Amino acid sequence: MYEFVSGPLVWIAFIVFVSGMVYQFVIMLRSAKKDKVIYPYMSLKYSLRSLFHWIIPFASRNMRDRYEVTIVTFLFHICLILVPILLIAHIAMFSFAWGLKWMALSQGSATYMTIIVILACLFFFIRRLMLPEVQFVTYPSDYLLLAIAAAPFITGLAANQQWFDYQTTVIIHMITGSIMLMVIPFTRLSHMLFFPFTRAYMGSEFGAVRNARDW
Amino acid sequence: MGLPAIPIVNDPGLDEAVKDLTPEKISNVVNRIIDSETAARFKVYMKTCVHCGLCSDACHWFLSNDRDPRFSPVGKVKQTLWEIIKRKDSLDPAFLKECSRIAHTECNVCRRCSMYCPFGIDIAYLLMVVRRICSELEMVPQFLQDTVNSHSVTMNQMWVKQDEWIDTLQWQEEEAKGEIKTARIPLDKEGADVFYSVIAPEPKILAQLIGNIAQIMAVAKVDWTMPSFDGWDNSNMAMFSGDFETMGRVERYHHEAAQKLKARRIVMGECGHAFRGAAYDGPRWLGWRQPPIPLIHAVDFYHELITTGRIKIARKFKTPVTVQEPCNIVRGRGLGQKLREIIAATCEDFTPPDPDFEHNYCCGAGGGVINCGPPWKTSRVKGNRVKAEQLADTKAQIIITPCHNCHSGIEDIISGYKLGMHVKFFSEILMEVMEIPDEMRA
Repeated sequence: MYEFVSGPLVWIAFIVFVSGMVYQFVIMLRSAKKDKVIYPYMSLKYSLRSLFHWIIPFASRNMRDRYEVTIVTFLFHICLILVPILLIAHIAMFSFAWGLKWMALSQGSATYMTIIVILACLFFFIRRLMLPEVQFVTYPSDYLLLAIAAAPFITGLAANQQWFDYQTTVIIHMITGSIMLMVIPFTRLSHMLFFPFTRAYMGSEFGAVRNARDW
Repeated sequence: MGLPAIPIVNDPGLDEAVKDLTPEKISNVVNRIIDSETAARFKVYMKTCVHCGLCSDACHWFLSNDRDPRFSPVGKVKQTLWEIIKRKDSLDPAFLKECSRIAHTECNVCRRCSMYCPFGIDIAYLLMVVRRICSELEMVPQFLQDTVNSHSVTMNQMWVKQDEWIDTLQWQEEEAKGEIKTARIPLDKEGADVFYSVIAPEPKILAQLIGNIAQIMAVAKVDWTMPSFDGWDNSNMAMFSGDFETMGRVERYHHEAAQKLKARRIVMGECGHAFRGAAYDGPRWLGWRQPPIPLIHAVDFYHELITTGRIKIARKFKTPVTVQEPCNIVRGRGLGQKLREIIAATCEDFTPPDPDFEHNYCCGAGGGVINCGPPWKTSRVKGNRVKAEQLADTKAQIIITPCHNCHSGIEDIISGYKLGMHVKFFSEILMEVMEIPDEMRA
């Protein structure tokens, strides 16, 4: 079981993730041609201007108004992306298989960052449950996606802290991690791919066509 | 959740049309629009929205209805498009009436929410897709549809006949000449610097605005013209009902009228949606990247006249003023700064609203909502309490509103919330403060 999940399953997950992202990207480019207004109005300058105002915390009005969401969202996304890539245990796996190596986070900071991801998921869960305007537009799938995002971090932390049988926890961790990777391109988690493009298009419209700011 | 019931409004445009609908008809139209009229924007927006609700605080409907989630931008998309996509082939006719109520009467497509969505999703565009579907199923509020019918038949919004149009212009020329000897309304003059266009409510109910512009043009010595023929009306309600074929015809007539007269540029009167149609939605539907003839809004034009000294200010306007910044020229064209500058040049006591510039609240009337007529007025005024509060906070007496929709919408809010304020177009302020050389006076 361990051999399967740490070998073929991870491979499958990466292949599905990468090819799924490429597929969604190509579909988007093709349907952007059909949507006559997109290419003629796209502007690099205004795309970057918009992205800049929306990847810097508090650079847009709504980020300042909803500061609690801004803080949690930024911490969540930074940790969510960095921890899996820079975790010493993950790097060791790659290094063991391919001899590749790169900079790692210290184990202590990785643990804290993992806890941040888990607490952020809890925040999103409570927000979804408690705020009427969020609750109203919540489908069961929104909770499921949140659980899918949280699971690899919860199991990763459990494995690292050896709260339960290590081998079993690691296997569950690898399975949940693979599930998350595989669903990204095909669910709303695909905002990971689409975010820069929706932002860029709106930035171009506001900047190049409407001569106005979009933040 | 215990939300209050939404009052049922009787609108023959919807109540009669709904009787002819069947699930098959609905599914045919829905599939046609989704498959052949939408592409990347629609599909990516639908996939990307993470249901976070962060757009809610952008919407004056949501804020004014005590944060009722049914009025948030994403809440409106959920109640319409998400359901449409989910149950494409089994949508019951009554549901379409809900869609029209939400998309036509409870959203001003003011596009404030796309500035609050972290992903920059154009939520107003999504609601326009709903309107398009409703329009293709003939589910459009009666009063709004009547204006579209008028556009379609007469090429203007208010059933104005050509002889009435010319007669009104001549009448207003007489009025203007009574004040300024040189005031003229040159009809069909070729090669003029300015082709001036207005919305049909001007000749129909606000003719003095045409007389005003004749005086302003005379004082500024502008070489201008208006057409005697169709294309003089720059308004476009078809753009908002979802009848894009008629929208395209109307915009084409307007631009072609200016081309026929070989005008150097089009100056549009103080109206926001008309400018949006001519500068933005119209050209896109017609496949033009930009309008063929340079096109500017009245605010831009007055800014030019004042900053170049063609109009001099004799005395500043003393009464305290504030401004209603029309979405379609401020968020839609970045004219906020120029608007401030012409107000600063003409008014002594100005208090800005808060929030302002791109973040201003819509008047609640735009996007065709006021054109849905009296049946929907109560919900429209109720849906913009935040605007009333915002205006009251400025303690101004006059609200300058360089847009016809805003003008009427703000008047309704003033009376609905008993604000005791008054609304003026910028040209009305200009008429009071501009210097008229003695030799010009009649």
